[in-house]
Amino acid sequence: MADTLLSLQGLTKIYPGVIANDDVTFDIGRGEIHALLGENGAGKSTLVKMIYGLNAPDKGQMLLDGAPYKPSKPSEARQAGIAMVFQHFSLFDALDVAENVALGMETPPPMSDLARQIREVSETYGLPLDPSRTVGTLSAGERQRVEIIRCLLQNPRLLIMDEPTSVLTPQEVEILFETLRKLKSEGTSILYISHKLEEIRALCDTATILRLGKKVATCTPAETSARQLAEMMVGASFATPEAKRGKTGEVLLAVNELSLPAPGAFGTPLREVSFEVRAGEVLGIGGVAGNGQDELLAALSGERMAPAGSIVLEGKDISRAGPVARRDLGVLSGPEERLGHAAAPDMSLIENGVLTAARREGMLKNGFISWGKARQFAEEVIGHFDVRTPGPGTAARALSGGNLQKFVVGREILQGPRVLVLNQPTWGVDAAAAAFIRQSILDVAAKGGAVVVISQDLDELMEVSDRFGALNEGRLSPTRPVASLDIEQIGLMMGGAHDMEVAHVDD
Amino acid sequence: MIRLEKRPQPSKLWTYLTPVLAVLLTMLVGGVLFAFLGANPVEAIRTIFWDPLFNAQFAGFTRPQLLVKAGPLILIAIGLSIGFRAGIWNIGAEGQYIMGAICGAAAGLAFYPSESVLIFPLMIVAGALGGWAWAMIPAILKTKFGTNEILVSLMLVYVAENILGSVATGLLRNPEGRGFPGSRNFKQWDAAHNSDLIANTGMHWGVVFAFIAVIGAYVLLTRHVLGFNIRLTGEAPRAARFSGVNPARIILICLGLSGALAGMAGLFEVTGPAGQVSIDFGSGYGFTAIIVAFLGRLNPIGILLAGLLMALTYIGGELAQLMLGLPGASIQLFQGMLLFFLLAMDVFTNFRLRIGKREAA
Repeated sequence: MADTLLSLQGLTKIYPGVIANDDVTFDIGRGEIHALLGENGAGKSTLVKMIYGLNAPDKGQMLLDGAPYKPSKPSEARQAGIAMVFQHFSLFDALDVAENVALGMETPPPMSDLARQIREVSETYGLPLDPSRTVGTLSAGERQRVEIIRCLLQNPRLLIMDEPTSVLTPQEVEILFETLRKLKSEGTSILYISHKLEEIRALCDTATILRLGKKVATCTPAETSARQLAEMMVGASFATPEAKRGKTGEVLLAVNELSLPAPGAFGTPLREVSFEVRAGEVLGIGGVAGNGQDELLAALSGERMAPAGSIVLEGKDISRAGPVARRDLGVLSGPEERLGHAAAPDMSLIENGVLTAARREGMLKNGFISWGKARQFAEEVIGHFDVRTPGPGTAARALSGGNLQKFVVGREILQGPRVLVLNQPTWGVDAAAAAFIRQSILDVAAKGGAVVVISQDLDELMEVSDRFGALNEGRLSPTRPVASLDIEQIGLMMGGAHDMEVAHVDD
Repeated sequence: MIRLEKRPQPSKLWTYLTPVLAVLLTMLVGGVLFAFLGANPVEAIRTIFWDPLFNAQFAGFTRPQLLVKAGPLILIAIGLSIGFRAGIWNIGAEGQYIMGAICGAAAGLAFYPSESVLIFPLMIVAGALGGWAWAMIPAILKTKFGTNEILVSLMLVYVAENILGSVATGLLRNPEGRGFPGSRNFKQWDAAHNSDLIANTGMHWGVVFAFIAVIGAYVLLTRHVLGFNIRLTGEAPRAARFSGVNPARIILICLGLSGALAGMAGLFEVTGPAGQVSIDFGSGYGFTAIIVAFLGRLNPIGILLAGLLMALTYIGGELAQLMLGLPGASIQLFQGMLLFFLLAMDVFTNFRLRIGKREAA
């Protein structure tokens, strides 16, 4: 291609135990908006970090304007005309817009000049922004404009945007798209990272799809249906789900129109989430990360109180009960973040057993902990779930991610839950251990428990779930029996194309 | 190139080694400091660490002082350490100590000159409540409005000092004191006097309570679920919430407990070694106890030892001023150095020093 700006050739990046990028090759044209599409963990971030000089590739090379391009740090990338807007902003709340922009520049001009330049750029590109405003008072969309303007002041040839719309309102998204189109018309290339299919179809000229570190395809999104994109993104390699035994009992856990405001600036509000789980049933909840998974788990575990009546266990309203009371009733949960949330990093496995099992396993007597029983319980978890560790006295953070995951999941399962809620139960766990955890989940259901598995791994959800629903921006789709769903429908539910009507499924 | 590498788990050896190394380094650098001040460094260190306990001439007088000084330090440091374990930084123990002394003394003086045996227990309770109430101010402000307890508790020290000045010259002034500032002398009122339980040992009720606090804190932190929740809150706040710990409750308990213990320490001091509520009652125990808490690794047994060591530097420091003419500020510097070296050495508990070129990342 004659007007190729940046050419990636066979980029490979290997981290211990995982190939983050495997022989990725594609070209970004001049004045092109190029989408980089993929699920979480598909290798998008790793790839972009190599382009921006944060990581060096293990294999392969990059050509910028036909000349070898090997940035060893971001400032070299910026000098070569490559700028990046990160998903999480690096701004100082207490400083004003101009000061923040100056901080990111190698040689900032005098403040008065800079303020004038900011005004010019913001007018030219339709990004309304007052350079003298304090950043702390800006909305997420306005903060993003600060980052974008910071990049534009360097006249970049390639602008990388990492999931830029995840924090924006629909109106702000429109403004952003106008800006990007204008940049494109001036010949600036844009590498646009996203997993939102409709957005990409509306905006991008070309799309490269990554899956498990490998490039699946490069295509023209306008000529490809959202369905095809979703299929390429999640892969069509599902094992046909086997017919599940249909012996489910009465409803154990019912969630009725659960709405909760976002816990922080980057959290997701829950919007009228409703579902039921029956005894002996596994409900799988899919969706791309950051669409309310953590928030749903916190609401179910009792870490955050829910509005009265929204969470009902066997006819009993538990919405206002805290984690301890819910555990007493048999609602056990396992959060996604192992270190610091599911487990205390510097505490031993014995102590981390006490963390959730103290009351159910009878370790407490008048408030005093029986360390003998605690050790016994930890050893049971270690033995039963094959946790590789020198002993129960080892600190949680000394374990590998997969082993700690086995421990925290095993800790809940061994307590014999009535309702078990797990977020990403096999994240980072090797295949054999993952299979074991999944089998344990099925065993909980077989013993008459109700299980909610929140996961981004579709294969996993297909394997364990009886019914499936997808979270998107805090909303849960209606749940459907897994046996009646096919890959296309699931991909669309996850990719955020709810409004695209798919073939109706008979419930 | 020298770089630090995070250990997979905290080193047990270094946890115990750092206080010892910190003391040795403080002696070394302190010796250099004293040499610059014109004193013989070996003699200065000996005067501070050896003479108070073993000098034939004056050890008989200085030895009891060890418990007198260590008592309040340990009592306050135990309370502080429990909060520090939960990541709650009460820096205002000095204020709670003063308020405990004022409240306890006032409660007793209200019944002057009764000789009831209930007077002293009443004063202890009032002292604990005074310190507790003073610590509740930062606690409630933190739980209700998210204020920073470090700033609030620290600033309340200065408020307490001004209240002390006011009551010493006004409300609690000795009516028979011919207009001199200061309250009645508790040493002359048997019902309220916190005297040596065994003569000439320095062993008063405050020391007894300090030992009880050490044992209580040890049991709380190692055996009781409340202690577990306190440690969990400090180690991993999110995991604590997941476990079901109510953070506000932990804040109230930790600040309340440390305030009550500091208040009790104040009461034992005002009725014993100090003898009266006076303008200069605040002696810095509340601040020094912070050093004691860290020097003792926030561990009750460690605090016991650290309190005794710190008391030794107090007494030895006074001796050094007296015998060698070293300035008082140099002794404070010496004590500060101890904390400085401790924190510096602490790095090695969690990190390992690597010398050499870093392999490509």
